[in-house]
Amino acid sequence: MKEKVRSILQEILPDVDFDAETALFDDGIIESFDVIQIMSELMDSFSIDLNAEDIEPENLNSLDAIVALVESRLP
Amino acid sequence: MIKSVLDYLDNTAARFPNKVGYTDENTSLTFEELRTKSSLIGAALTEYSLVRKPVAVYMKKRVEQIVAFLAARHAGAFYVPLDIDSPFDRIDRILSGCGAEIILTCADETVTEEISSSYRVLCIEDLEKRGGEKEDADKVLTDLRRWQIDTDPIYAIFTSGSTGMPKGVLISERSAINFTEWWCETFEFTDEEIFANQTPFYFDASVKDIYATLRCGATMHIVPQKLFSLPVKLVEFLNETKTNCIDWVPSVLTMIVNFKTFDKVKPQYLKKIMFLGEVMPTKQFNQWRKALPEIAYANIYGPTEATGDCTYYKVNREFSDDEPIPIGNACENTEVFLLSEENEIITDDRMGEICVRGCSLALGYYNDPEKTAQAFTQHPLHSHYPERIYHTGDLGKYNQYGEIVYISRKDAQIKHMGHRIELGEIEVALSAVEGVGRAVCVYHKIANRIVAFYEGNITDKEIISVLRDKLPRYMLPNRFCQLDKLPVNANGKIDRVKLTQSLEETK
Repeated sequence: MKEKVRSILQEILPDVDFDAETALFDDGIIESFDVIQIMSELMDSFSIDLNAEDIEPENLNSLDAIVALVESRLP
Repeated sequence: MIKSVLDYLDNTAARFPNKVGYTDENTSLTFEELRTKSSLIGAALTEYSLVRKPVAVYMKKRVEQIVAFLAARHAGAFYVPLDIDSPFDRIDRILSGCGAEIILTCADETVTEEISSSYRVLCIEDLEKRGGEKEDADKVLTDLRRWQIDTDPIYAIFTSGSTGMPKGVLISERSAINFTEWWCETFEFTDEEIFANQTPFYFDASVKDIYATLRCGATMHIVPQKLFSLPVKLVEFLNETKTNCIDWVPSVLTMIVNFKTFDKVKPQYLKKIMFLGEVMPTKQFNQWRKALPEIAYANIYGPTEATGDCTYYKVNREFSDDEPIPIGNACENTEVFLLSEENEIITDDRMGEICVRGCSLALGYYNDPEKTAQAFTQHPLHSHYPERIYHTGDLGKYNQYGEIVYISRKDAQIKHMGHRIELGEIEVALSAVEGVGRAVCVYHKIANRIVAFYEGNITDKEIISVLRDKLPRYMLPNRFCQLDKLPVNANGKIDRVKLTQSLEETK
């Protein structure tokens, strides 16, 4: 699960070390278009629904936070 | 007579001196403040003899950038907006390519040692003070204005170049004014217009908001960058600012509906929406129209080389989700036609290259006569007098309504997340990486991914660590495929078609 999320993120942002970063959103490492791509890709890959309210810094700051967001939406 | 955007500035500062023209998160500027600041800075800049020379502007997106643009024009220079997120290597290629010696910035911006040791960096705050000490500042500028004519350059915007060197599209005042007049008349802009600006200032799409505001005495709010990943807050921003007109890239408009933002909040004041820069997907467009049927929508098409626009289509009928929205017909005072491979003008339903003629055409690529001659040619149907046309490299055809529909590119140029990219520029950087043999990039259209194929014993991580210092982030390949040998076609060239097909089969 974590590996799948990691590989999705890595493809969108090849230059980021997702294991080291804990303020991906707050530090502007992932920004506007990246967020859109990440969310769309997660929706497709895991067949989950994410909406505008899910795009919050605390859901996007680290790989673990993103994994937790996905897990909370899985049936 | 309007011969420069500075005339817009003078007229509007006289009509609406105390009206706020431009705002960002931290600052707002009235038209009179804009006039005063830009002329003081411009007067100080005259010391450097910049007439018809480039002045680079290096700062994050902010209202001071507009001050700097107009200050450069006051000094007779043309401005070159830089993307501060680009690595130094690319900024250096742009600056050395155009021979810019002076960079304008703000006191609170961080300018790296690499830049400040190679170029003369000036803070606009210091220049403003120096201009203020000049007793004859106004007289200096008035004298200079007499010698400025509308065929002089206003700006150079650098776009990706297939040989690895970014190309500087040089635009004249004439083209900028021609565009602004058309844009404001066609969409009936007045001083009531409130724009929310999305496009970065190093894209020419920003010219629309900046100069429509300056001409009409309207207001332009620079949308804080982080809101483009927070759709609910983005729409709330439009409502708080009472924004009534936006011209945005489809990626953003698509994001808003994909996240079902309208279930939470809807734009309350929007009356006009233009989309530009890339193809608007019809499915998402229909969702906008269903949620907000009262808004007037228009599709805007055109390359930087034709001052951003050459055709437009005001949406006036229903579209099914699988039907493309046409790019429409030529703007006023511009002719657009389709040219066949045999250099004939197409009038039936065959496909052809979209070509443009008129005063919207760029002066050319700065310092690059060869590329200029390739893209801007004599009108193919006559040789009676010099008349240039621009070949866009885009293919289109007429639909049953006589409107042009965009089909695809002729070459390896792509639009990736709103950015115009030559795959060749990435390939040049990739091939230069130590340990990489031959390399090509193809674009996976369905997944929106740049895929690099390469020969050589080096990992994708190692390649990325080199490329990130050479290319802006949006140009980094998303996927890397290492091959023992790249496939070649019958002509002995790397077979891009085969590589592209192999991608489409896998996903």
